[in-house]
Amino acid sequence: MEKQPCCEIGSFPRIKSAAWSPYIVGAGIGILSWLVFLLVNKPIGMSTEVSKFSGWLAGIFVGMDTVTENAYWASKTPAFGYSTVFLIATAVGAFISSKLGGTFKKELVPRVWQEHHGSSVGKRFVAAFIGGALLLYGARMAGGCTSGHGISGTLQLAVSGWVFFIAMFAAGVVTAKLMFRKKAS
Amino acid sequence: MNLPISTSSGLGLVLAGVFGLLFGVLLNKGRVTDYNVIVNLFRFRDWTVLKVMLTAIVVGGLGVATMMSFGWLEGWHIKDTNLLGLLLGGALFGVGMAVYGYCPGTGVAAVATGSVHALVGFGGMLVGGVAYALSYPWVKDAILSKGAYGKIRLTEITPIPEAVWWIALVAIAGGVFWLLSRSSKPAHSAS
Repeated sequence: MEKQPCCEIGSFPRIKSAAWSPYIVGAGIGILSWLVFLLVNKPIGMSTEVSKFSGWLAGIFVGMDTVTENAYWASKTPAFGYSTVFLIATAVGAFISSKLGGTFKKELVPRVWQEHHGSSVGKRFVAAFIGGALLLYGARMAGGCTSGHGISGTLQLAVSGWVFFIAMFAAGVVTAKLMFRKKAS
Repeated sequence: MNLPISTSSGLGLVLAGVFGLLFGVLLNKGRVTDYNVIVNLFRFRDWTVLKVMLTAIVVGGLGVATMMSFGWLEGWHIKDTNLLGLLLGGALFGVGMAVYGYCPGTGVAAVATGSVHALVGFGGMLVGGVAYALSYPWVKDAILSKGAYGKIRLTEITPIPEAVWWIALVAIAGGVFWLLSRSSKPAHSAS
């Protein structure tokens, strides 16, 4: 089946398209944030729920009582709720979209990584794991991630959101500069 | 029907599912579930992420500010400005995002589009979450207490009123989009 040329502004956003115009997607996320604010009085966020997942996982090993004794998880108690459903539904939405759009693909080593660091799956996995750990540690220290600060915070003109956005972008640019200096032979 | 709907009610959970589904579809159609697209933002080679985020901020912000002025919303949801925590945490987050290639939301979504390394990085996120909880008493004292200004908005720390901020942001976003559309290379070509 022929795929739509990606992201023409005028093209109607269909679920079977591989991608939509980034402006349509951005407007969609903006309108979604109206609905979330209006209907449930919450901003869109993700990283708090991921840290609750880690508390839940820790609970399997050391018992939930020990987990809730922790000063952090005492205030962000791991429990099934609104944000759990939101996180799982985000994954389901992306799954449906990628299946119908024909972009679902098993990916072990992404292209840009491979061009610079070779095709070793182990190397990519170690980097992804360490990157993920830094990412969530940083998100919790800052009190939010790209969703909570980067979109929900900035759109309310929160000082915290804009400071986070700038610090994150600057560090990302420097890291990418160091990481993608030379091509793999 | 009384708004807002309680997030612990059955309807609240149904809405969480609807909102999440829409968010996941949008992230995928916006191509931000693609490692290459995100990493190429930091390499100044693909402006998709910037276009998505700036549009979301302007459209979302104008709507939320309008609803606030009509008195339709309960109030703002401003996170604390803990300056040192935001700078250090934001920097760690940026390093992590460049190495992992996703943020928490797009990482979760990418796992569902077949990215196995995104799943491995999700495991890393869980470890990062445990590490943070364990180090929290120290972080709270040594980092979060530095430069703690509370829940402040740009309109409170500058003499610039709300409306002017929005006119400026719309103008900046428009200017950025116009510049990107003029650059000879198609902005979404990921290489």
